Amino acid sequence: MSDEPAVRVTGLAKCFGDLKVLCGIDLSVATGEVVCVIGPSGSGKSTLLRCVNLLEEPDEGSVVVGGVDLTHEDSDIDAARRKIGMVFQSFNLFAHLTVLNNLTVAQRKVLGRDRAEANRVALANLEKVGLLEKANAMPAQLSGGQQQRVAIARALSMGPEVMLFDEPTSALDPELVGDVLEVMRDLADEGMTMLVVTHEMHFAREVADRVLFMDGGVVVEEGPAEQVIGAPEHERTRTFLARVLDPIHRVE
Amino acid sequence: MAMSKRKRARIVRAVQYAVLVVVVVVVAVAADWGRVANAFFDLDVAGGMFPEVITVALVNTLIYTGLGFGFGLVLGLVVALMRLSSVRAYRWIAGAYVEFFRGLPALLVILAIGSGIPLAFPGTILDRYVSIMIALGIVGSAYMAETIRAGIQAVPKGQVEAARSLGMSQSKAMVWIVIPQAFKIILPPLTNELILLTKDSSLVLFLGSSQVQYELTQFGRTELNQSRSLTPVLVAGICYLIITIPLSYLSRYLERRTGGTKIRSAEATEVAQPEEATK
Ligand SMILES: Nc1ncnc2c1ncn2[C@@H]1O[C@H](COP(=O)(O)OP(=O)(O)O)[C@@H](O)[C@H]1O
Ligand SMILES: [Mg+2]
Repeated sequence: MSDEPAVRVTGLAKCFGDLKVLCGIDLSVATGEVVCVIGPSGSGKSTLLRCVNLLEEPDEGSVVVGGVDLTHEDSDIDAARRKIGMVFQSFNLFAHLTVLNNLTVAQRKVLGRDRAEANRVALANLEKVGLLEKANAMPAQLSGGQQQRVAIARALSMGPEVMLFDEPTSALDPELVGDVLEVMRDLADEGMTMLVVTHEMHFAREVADRVLFMDGGVVVEEGPAEQVIGAPEHERTRTFLARVLDPIHRVE
Repeated sequence: MAMSKRKRARIVRAVQYAVLVVVVVVVAVAADWGRVANAFFDLDVAGGMFPEVITVALVNTLIYTGLGFGFGLVLGLVVALMRLSSVRAYRWIAGAYVEFFRGLPALLVILAIGSGIPLAFPGTILDRYVSIMIALGIVGSAYMAETIRAGIQAVPKGQVEAARSLGMSQSKAMVWIVIPQAFKIILPPLTNELILLTKDSSLVLFLGSSQVQYELTQFGRTELNQSRSLTPVLVAGICYLIITIPLSYLSRYLERRTGGTKIRSAEATEVAQPEEATK
């Protein structure tokens, strides 16, 4: 294999009207690497992630995933997205479909798999996230943590090469966070390439190969987890970490 | 002026009841009830209408309404999708279509379309049933298009984003994810539009037809002319209620089951969406 990374973002810029949200982001994720993105609310983390699978169209810069330049005007964006799984903060399970059909609908309509094949893949992934017995439930009957695990299984059923996670545990009750993180940790152990926006510092420390701290639309600091979280160089990083790690006793 | 709110409400209600009683008494005394009873409750005339009032007239009303509703639904969906299109010309055409057909009396549309089609395509398969289907369908479609559009816009944006992130194209996401959820939301208002169309199907009597094609209103009117009694009007009316009242209950049941999601304007739904940026 070449040393081309799974994801390479270069000079990415994005504005919403007058608001400059991303101001030249460079980022790469090697195959099999887990990169966590941390940073204060409104710093552009979600927008960055959404630019990686072009849910938002970048104003400037390029996004290359699996060697395909998604920002090139001739690129087939639907084909590229099949290889990029995305997990949203608000789960976004299809409300009118059972859990099983949530996992099979795109396999059948996009990949053209027949029902038997799609079911087989779906059930294997449901088992992986520990929710085989919920195959015939409706999303509304599940807890938030279960819904998010189904959403992960749904993305995995397309056989992605990269997984994007946008604060996957932020909308969950605290006692449900652990199950979701465990699924993500297993995924990382299997060698999945992952780009994860998160506020779970323990997870970042234990699972991430690299951590990026973003603020004001730029990457302020990046490096191994123990360095960025354990011994940050920049004042902004330190202030942010102090607030996240000890929200009640604010430093200063 | 020191009158408590509750006391004032009681006085207002007493006045309302008094007015109601006066009106009822005046009508009851002034009207000639014997003649009304003779005209509307002639059992011989009523009996003479059976079984045709059911086997022909009621059935035709159901057929015309069903054809019109089906065609109107398809047309309404197309117009709604055009209104939401990113192509400006489509949006403009669909907007003009809705304004045009909502602004005209149903009778004029039915007369123009129902008589116009046979003139334009003489001797073709576009026979009476097809003309009626198209005419009634167009009458219903302008309203249904607006309902369907509101339903589509009420489906949270995250549903489309999830579908797109799985590699679905815009149109696949629309067909497999958005439209099924939109229709679930708009089932109650669509049922109401079916009631309206059931009543509007009476207007096809102005297109002229042979006896086997009579629907309820024309059947009643013909019987009225022959029997010189108003009983057929009453019988036809009851037949309409047999259709519309269960539909009305169905609509209310569906509304309760879907948690009473009310679709009014597209703007109201924007607020209801889960907002990520606020986290
Ligand atoms: N679709 C949008 N339209 C306008 N502004 C947006 C949109 N999406 C995000 N923003 C703004 O961009 C900024 C960054 O948002 P976001 O990427 O969600 O930050 P984060 O995920 O780090 O909290 C915020 O100020 C947000 O209000
Ligand atoms: Mg965010």
